[in-house]
Amino acid sequence: MVDGGLWSFEWLVDGYPFDEDYAPAAFLIAQGEKTWLAPLLVPLALPLLVVRRPKSDPLFARILILSGALGFGWLIAQGFGIGIRGFTFDWLKALFGEPRIRQFGMGYGAMFSATAFLFLLTQGIAARGAINGDVFVVSAIGGVIAIVTTFVFFPIANMLFAAFVTEDGSYSLTVFAAKFFDDRLWGLGCLWGARCGAAWNSLFLAVIVGFVTTILGLCFALVVTRSGFRYKRAVRALTVLPIITPPFVIGLALILLFGLSGSVTVFLADLFGVQPTRWLYGMPGILIAQTLAFTPIAFLVLIGVVEGVSPSMEEAAQTLRASRWQTFRTVSLPLMRPGLANAFLLGFIESMADFGNPLVLGGNFDVLSTEIFFAIVGAQYDQGRAAVLAMVLLFFTLSAFYAQRAWLGRKSYTTVTGKGDAGVHPLMPTGLSMPVTTIALVWAFFTAVVYGMIVYGSVVELWGVNNSLTFKHYVTAFSVRFEEEGIRWTGAAWDSFWTTITIAAIAAPLTAAVGLVTAYLLTRQNFAGKNAFEFGTMLSFAIPGTVIGVSYILAFNVPPIEITGTGVILVVSFIFRNLPVGVRAGIASMSQLDKSLDESSLTLGANSWQTFRRVILPLLRPAILAALVYSFVRAMTAISAVIFLVSARYDMATSYIIGRVENNDYGLAIAYSTTLIFVMLAAVGLLQVLVGRVQIGRRS
Amino acid sequence: MKKIKATIASSMVLFAASAGASYADSLTLYCSAQEDWCQLMARSFEDATGIDVDMTRKSSGETFAQIRAESSNPKGDVWWGGTGDPHLQAAEEGLTMEYMSPMRDQLHDWAISQAESAGNKTIGIYSGALGYGYNTDLAAANNLPEPSCWKDLLKPEYKGHVQMANPNSSGTAYTTLASMVQIFGEDEGFEFMKGLHKNINQYTKSGSAPIKAAARGENTIGIVFMHDAVKQAVAGFPIKVVAPCEGTGYEIGSMSIIDGARNEDEAKQFYDWALSAEAQNLALQVNAFQVPSNTGAQTSDSAPDMSTIKLIDYDFKKYGSSDERKRLLRKWDEEVSVLPQ
Repeated sequence: MVDGGLWSFEWLVDGYPFDEDYAPAAFLIAQGEKTWLAPLLVPLALPLLVVRRPKSDPLFARILILSGALGFGWLIAQGFGIGIRGFTFDWLKALFGEPRIRQFGMGYGAMFSATAFLFLLTQGIAARGAINGDVFVVSAIGGVIAIVTTFVFFPIANMLFAAFVTEDGSYSLTVFAAKFFDDRLWGLGCLWGARCGAAWNSLFLAVIVGFVTTILGLCFALVVTRSGFRYKRAVRALTVLPIITPPFVIGLALILLFGLSGSVTVFLADLFGVQPTRWLYGMPGILIAQTLAFTPIAFLVLIGVVEGVSPSMEEAAQTLRASRWQTFRTVSLPLMRPGLANAFLLGFIESMADFGNPLVLGGNFDVLSTEIFFAIVGAQYDQGRAAVLAMVLLFFTLSAFYAQRAWLGRKSYTTVTGKGDAGVHPLMPTGLSMPVTTIALVWAFFTAVVYGMIVYGSVVELWGVNNSLTFKHYVTAFSVRFEEEGIRWTGAAWDSFWTTITIAAIAAPLTAAVGLVTAYLLTRQNFAGKNAFEFGTMLSFAIPGTVIGVSYILAFNVPPIEITGTGVILVVSFIFRNLPVGVRAGIASMSQLDKSLDESSLTLGANSWQTFRRVILPLLRPAILAALVYSFVRAMTAISAVIFLVSARYDMATSYIIGRVENNDYGLAIAYSTTLIFVMLAAVGLLQVLVGRVQIGRRS
Repeated sequence: MKKIKATIASSMVLFAASAGASYADSLTLYCSAQEDWCQLMARSFEDATGIDVDMTRKSSGETFAQIRAESSNPKGDVWWGGTGDPHLQAAEEGLTMEYMSPMRDQLHDWAISQAESAGNKTIGIYSGALGYGYNTDLAAANNLPEPSCWKDLLKPEYKGHVQMANPNSSGTAYTTLASMVQIFGEDEGFEFMKGLHKNINQYTKSGSAPIKAAARGENTIGIVFMHDAVKQAVAGFPIKVVAPCEGTGYEIGSMSIIDGARNEDEAKQFYDWALSAEAQNLALQVNAFQVPSNTGAQTSDSAPDMSTIKLIDYDFKKYGSSDERKRLLRKWDEEVSVLPQ
């Protein structure tokens, strides 16, 4: 059903309810077809027995739990057990023989039935007194667990098992060992002139990128908060740019500047009379591109922390006759530790997972993320190797995560106490201020030049060969014709452009909603398994997009959930890729809201859903805005997962751009990217107006 | 209580289960040629037959991976274009189906022999010879002699100037490796690859990337299919195309119908149409300089003249089989790629 387009409803007129493929289960069972669906009627009817009983009756809870669990379990079991070619497991065939039965993917009916069973189950659990009998909270937990299991754990586990599969389809540890202890992965050849393994390359690169972006981010944060520098707003604006830049574009601009025939390279080579080299390709190029792309992320993390250090602590130090330099080194800097650790972690993970820049600039420097891609699409098609590489990558990112926690330890970094906290941040010591400002300015200038190149590249005929100015790339991509029937979108890029906008617009609010509900559960409720729950929701952030893309194809191309080739799979992948950011934003702002607000609402007789909707949600507008903007922008610029999931009908802008780059059609690729940058700027502005900028102050 | 009743009632009403899909005259085309060619083929077929075409363009490696991932529930109907090896491999694994087109008597022999080596599960639609191209500006700036043979590329002056794709990830580069083994014999062929390794500045991931880099001035010599090099020259880049003097291998771009295709009839209709001279002439409109497989189709004037190129008798059956492929690639990995440069 999804196959024909989830929104098309063609099935309603096309033979419904008698055509076997579309018919609802009730009709089928009545006709004696698809009888394996019949047992579902029992748990559906069961709750009718207890409708008249009070909630406190133990039988009420027991019946609901029983019917919910039975129905949900049977639905899943039959979904996996009977596939498109009959029974999927050999023992089922042995048990029942091989009848001619088959079924396609689940549709709306199954989706609603599953939801109904799930909520029967959670209502039963709530009725037994879990979490004070709060139906909303139990249902929300059940719902989030169900979707995270379906769309994160199930596909990832499915994919990682491939590491143990031998060529004839059985499982074996030796296969895993052979692929794991591979020289291409762990070789140390670079120490004597050959090449190193991808694992070392990735690790080395990610550590350097983590340090460099943290230091640059800190410089920017210090310049903006603690210096007399005049154009702070410009610095802030500049740092937002890379976030809304489609991948590849920075890499392309770098090639046009520093490549073998790049303008800067040629200019310098002529000036000094040396031979130009291909120094950019490999580690240096990736490092520069990733630093350009991820410094703003470090800046955004650090600015909050640097501003958050309470001026009264610094004033206290200065009153005790510490010099400015001592104050900075012994008070301000240590208090910024959580920010520094977070910034480093983000830089590290982003560098590990980055796909676009190594693809364009990698040269012979192999990293894990591209190796995973080519293990699958390359001529070797080795899914097991991809799974092993994905495990190594996951191991690195999760270790970094735990190392960060250990380093921060259990010290308290709280400085915002709610007590009188007036005061102004002291300026940086002069000895520090000079180099910091210089570094920040040089890097800001460099960023500006790179972006200038991007715009310039989109309006020249053929870069490097024919530099005459032209708008032809924009015309090819975005021309329209006005005819009698209305506007005709004749440009080559319109198809993918509208698909991208639509998908991003559908995914963004859903991401924000799931993220905020999850954040609410994590900050406001206590339940068993909360840590595992948190880990599950954060997992998809640490997994690179290529892995997600492949695992989605493998998991969702076959019944019971058959959504490849549709727009739904793109929306789903975006929701779960960007969920962690929604969760983090929600947690951050919710922990600022005092719990007494909830309590007073509950005391006044509201239930937890009303409290969430009427009290917490309105106070969360900044977090909602952040989650919306981030997921919208990421949905428009993501590439690594998308490249596996696009289809003829649903092509995304980024995959279209890659196609152009592959075709050496840089002009069109850059023109399209430039347009996307402006569209995203506009969208971010629009969202800000729509959601509104409320001042959340206790007094105004 | 009300809520419970509502939940039960709605779940009863909505208890609808599986639904499949039916299409009215449509075709899902996986295309592995260049984007504009794919578009043109899809739209022209729509115009010719009125059948709706959903086209996805991906490289032949990506498409092969996708067809394999989807094998238990195929989404595509026909796979058009891309180098022949993955088509042969798909045939070997039973991912594609046998079909004898009535158009076969109009085709060149090489197209038919491609079909026969795969049990008629694939067929040749175009062919292109392997060779290399170089950036004349860069060659002049570095005072490099003009190369004309494969062995010329081993000269020390070309150190750091040659680019080819990684045979592990690219069909083009695997064709290069297999061609060298066939031209020089296995031992001398691998000696050639080792010598070449010293001059290579980068093994790219994608097959045509070396000549694109050469076109943009990021590399001097790129080992690619000659029609890819011609395309860059026609686009206005300073590229000169070379047909190596020792002779060279070639690829046969292929087409296959995916086993279990949902629109099998439409797929066969497309298959027959794509083998016609009229459909193959479309290549001229998009600067595709491959040689068409229909004897009646025209070849572009800019295309490399196949009659002047010394083609070897490339053994597609042997070198397209996955065992031989794995053996050669492992040998290349162990003996060539690990050498210091």
